Amino acid sequence: MGAKVTNDDRINSIPSVEQGISEEEEMKVKKYLRGEAADFKVLQDKKLKGQLAVREDLYGKSAKAAAKAEKWLMPSEGGYLEAEGIEKTWRIKQEAIASEVDIVSSRKQYDIVLPELGPYTMDFTLSGRYMVAAGRKGHVALMDMKNMDLIKEFQVKETVRDVVFLHNQKLIAAAQKKYVYMYSDNGTEMHCLKEHGAALKLQFLNKHFLLTSINKLGQLHFQDITTGEMVGNFRTGLGRSDTIEVNPFNNVVAVGHSGGTVTMWKPTSAAPLIKMLCHQGPVTALAFHSNGHLMATSGMERKIKLWDLRKYEVLQTLPGHTKAMDFSQKGLLAAASGSFVQVFGDFSGSDKYSRYMAHSMAKGYQIQKVSFRPYEDVLAIGHSMGWSSILIPGSGEPNFDSWVANPFETRKQRNEKEVHSLLDKLPPETIMLDPTKIGSVRPTRKKERVSKEERNAEMESALEGAKKKVTLKKKTKGRSKPSKVAKKKQEAVVKAKKPFLEQQAKEEETLKKKRKRITEGENQLPKSLQRFARKVPAT
Amino acid sequence: MKVKVISRSTDEFTRERSQDLQRVFRNFDPNLRSQEKSVEYVRALNAAKLDKIFARPFVGAMDGHIDAVSCMAKNPNHLKGIFSGSMDGDIRLWDLATRRTVCQFPGHQGAVKGLTVSTDGRVLVSCGTDSTVRLWNVPNPSLMEPDESSNGEAKPLSVFVWKNAFWAVDHQWDGDLFATAGAQVDIWNHNRSQPINSFEWGKDTAISVRFNPGEPNILAASASDRSITIYDLRLSSPARKIIMRTKTNSIAWNPMEPMNFTAANEDCSCYSYDARKLDEARCVHKDHVSAVMDIDYSPTGREFVTGSYDRTIRIFQYNGGHSREVYHTKRMQRVFCVKFSCDASYVISGSDDTNLRLWKAKASEQLGVLLPRERKKHEYLEAVKNRYKHLPEVKRIVRHRHLPKAIYKAASLRRIIGEAERKKSERRRAHSAPGSMPNPSLRKRRIIQEVE
Repeated sequence: MGAKVTNDDRINSIPSVEQGISEEEEMKVKKYLRGEAADFKVLQDKKLKGQLAVREDLYGKSAKAAAKAEKWLMPSEGGYLEAEGIEKTWRIKQEAIASEVDIVSSRKQYDIVLPELGPYTMDFTLSGRYMVAAGRKGHVALMDMKNMDLIKEFQVKETVRDVVFLHNQKLIAAAQKKYVYMYSDNGTEMHCLKEHGAALKLQFLNKHFLLTSINKLGQLHFQDITTGEMVGNFRTGLGRSDTIEVNPFNNVVAVGHSGGTVTMWKPTSAAPLIKMLCHQGPVTALAFHSNGHLMATSGMERKIKLWDLRKYEVLQTLPGHTKAMDFSQKGLLAAASGSFVQVFGDFSGSDKYSRYMAHSMAKGYQIQKVSFRPYEDVLAIGHSMGWSSILIPGSGEPNFDSWVANPFETRKQRNEKEVHSLLDKLPPETIMLDPTKIGSVRPTRKKERVSKEERNAEMESALEGAKKKVTLKKKTKGRSKPSKVAKKKQEAVVKAKKPFLEQQAKEEETLKKKRKRITEGENQLPKSLQRFARKVPAT
Repeated sequence: MKVKVISRSTDEFTRERSQDLQRVFRNFDPNLRSQEKSVEYVRALNAAKLDKIFARPFVGAMDGHIDAVSCMAKNPNHLKGIFSGSMDGDIRLWDLATRRTVCQFPGHQGAVKGLTVSTDGRVLVSCGTDSTVRLWNVPNPSLMEPDESSNGEAKPLSVFVWKNAFWAVDHQWDGDLFATAGAQVDIWNHNRSQPINSFEWGKDTAISVRFNPGEPNILAASASDRSITIYDLRLSSPARKIIMRTKTNSIAWNPMEPMNFTAANEDCSCYSYDARKLDEARCVHKDHVSAVMDIDYSPTGREFVTGSYDRTIRIFQYNGGHSREVYHTKRMQRVFCVKFSCDASYVISGSDDTNLRLWKAKASEQLGVLLPRERKKHEYLEAVKNRYKHLPEVKRIVRHRHLPKAIYKAASLRRIIGEAERKKSERRRAHSAPGSMPNPSLRKRRIIQEVE
């Protein structure tokens, strides 16, 4: 008996362990599956169904393989910060973190004080290896962050409002007093892009090679830097704005306006794709999560809102005034105001952001820009007195992909990459709200005809609603007489009925016209040919 | 407090010595690569364009014959050798690598109409309009270096003289029998000067004959009475026959699915049949604008090549209704014979202009040894092209072929004629009693009857 029991135990215990593993693996597999499989049941074509089933099977297999290989391909683990006892993570100071981590990491914590030339803004290359920082007073510095050395610094002797890297660290674009300029990495001026005008903010779409700017007049420019062609030049029509951000998921450009709206643009349409009212006051900052589903906006009315971009709904509203925001690769949200930086994190896994870390700079520093360094647990802060860098454990992606962005790229690899990225340059038409739509089937455009019963039912429900809606105030001087009340109710019913009746009349008229045309055609024919005319549809 | 931050030492992520390979790290997280589909689509588009740019299918011409090339045979045991026979009775062995004649086989008085090589690659059989069948010793492949001085001329092993002119010959796979097509289908042995068996079904001349690669005793022959007949050597009489509306010029069995064969028809189309079920074609391959003269399957069985009287060569999928590829040059005249090379990567055509031409089976394929990375890249591009082949832009680029004006016009004319015929039959059907004018499918339309 005893032996039997142990046997049973073993049988019970083994599947549970296996199940645990498989569940964990399933989560991983789901990440690589890139969405649900299509529903084949509605398909009529058996051959197509078979082919698609094979294809879907293949996707499942490759996702499984990727999940399995994750263990070997991605050996590094991400950073973390865990509180013990009554500690709170947001009370932990940067000094405390610096004393705990290794020397190389602690060196990533620094302040550069350049009081005359600030406030500073900065940009990182995709791999996070290089940083360009620009002071308002014309100071541009290009740095190699791996070795912490200055590659080049130069003074453009003009106001610099923003600076971005183009496809690699060899080219920089700077928005200056009157025009946008392009510089090489040794400070040589390569181009002066006059069409952009006095740009306030710059963004670079690295897959499309589009330099995007918004200028003082609220004009949005998209320029292809490989050919120099101005792909798009649109008036936003919503006034001056200096909050502009690219959604990394679909490369749609979002602009926050002083009226509280956020508009989203693509270079091939003069009207915004999306216009959403996000705040009561001006929008001060914007940030996008790398998965493309989450947008953070902040307004002057001291609110930070997190939006679900699939439904365009607010997920969460956090209190606080913010001048600059940024999402890290792992989804941490940094928000800065005055001289205080707060980092929020989603630890419940349900898109509920809560306080994670905080850092306050010396009093009087005005933070201009916050930017997470890719593939590192570092947050760079540009402020009025220079720039600083602090450690935010768990913010960066620990495993880089050599073919996507390699922080240890050699010169040869960089040249190769440049060629390949030019070959794979996407046309501006591929910027759309849902980029996964490319290659999918367009749904049939045929409108479904509404049957008579359905229309009647719809009308009935509308009438019911209209009847219920009539609420009458108690009025004096005979205006609440039963006859008047009845009349008002009837009016409401007629009003609700009107659109349905109008539509019906319209349809009938078109049908009549069609019939008339057919019969007329028959009449015009000589009698001998009338038998070849198309027969009137029997309805 | 427990804390860890990402810290990478340069040594771990870079190579130690300059001779080492660069280290590669992968992370397949979809969040790191946005717009994957757009990127793939652009790659597919670029691959399609590059394919067009690199499409240089013509490798070279082999001239030497002084009359039209009428038939060819490939040596199953030697990749670079190919035999060709011409209308003036000349037979040559060519070396495809150097594109030169290795050896000549003189003897035929009239046109050589059929050539075949035994499966072991030792004996070449030729027949022609001079009513003789000649057996030749195939020179040893190792001694096949072109010899300028002697200009190697072979002597026939044996000459069999018979009563009628021959139109085609084919050797049995795995055996020492061969069949000739003439006034009747004759089965010969290497050692006997007279046929060991003769098949006749009707009085018309057989014009092509082909042994089944899977079942050595079965052969298919087409005759000038528009019939395709299947013979079984174990039976004394032919097994099956179908009569089509037009003559079949040549037949090729699918080497990978040996029950299926494809017939090259005079009506510009090829018809794939299942030999067990001849009442309906499995597939109709349309695209040529003139009679299809010859057909040969790739050893993979997935595609076949056809040569036509309209001066083009086309490559079809075994189940594709339209051609995958069309080859033509200004100087190439009526194509009488085509062969797929034994490694499925080349196509050889023989035409009226006395030349043999060597083509690549895949027009844009890179010749020579490929590095593994190159090969992988090609495979990847092939895969993305296949994935996005239905998108209009990719489809347009992949499908587009430049055609000579004459062929282009003939094709559009044929289209118009076909459309008119369809309309007419539709009208007649509409004005006649229901069921009195059946509308058979294209696969059945050209078959008159099946005879057991």
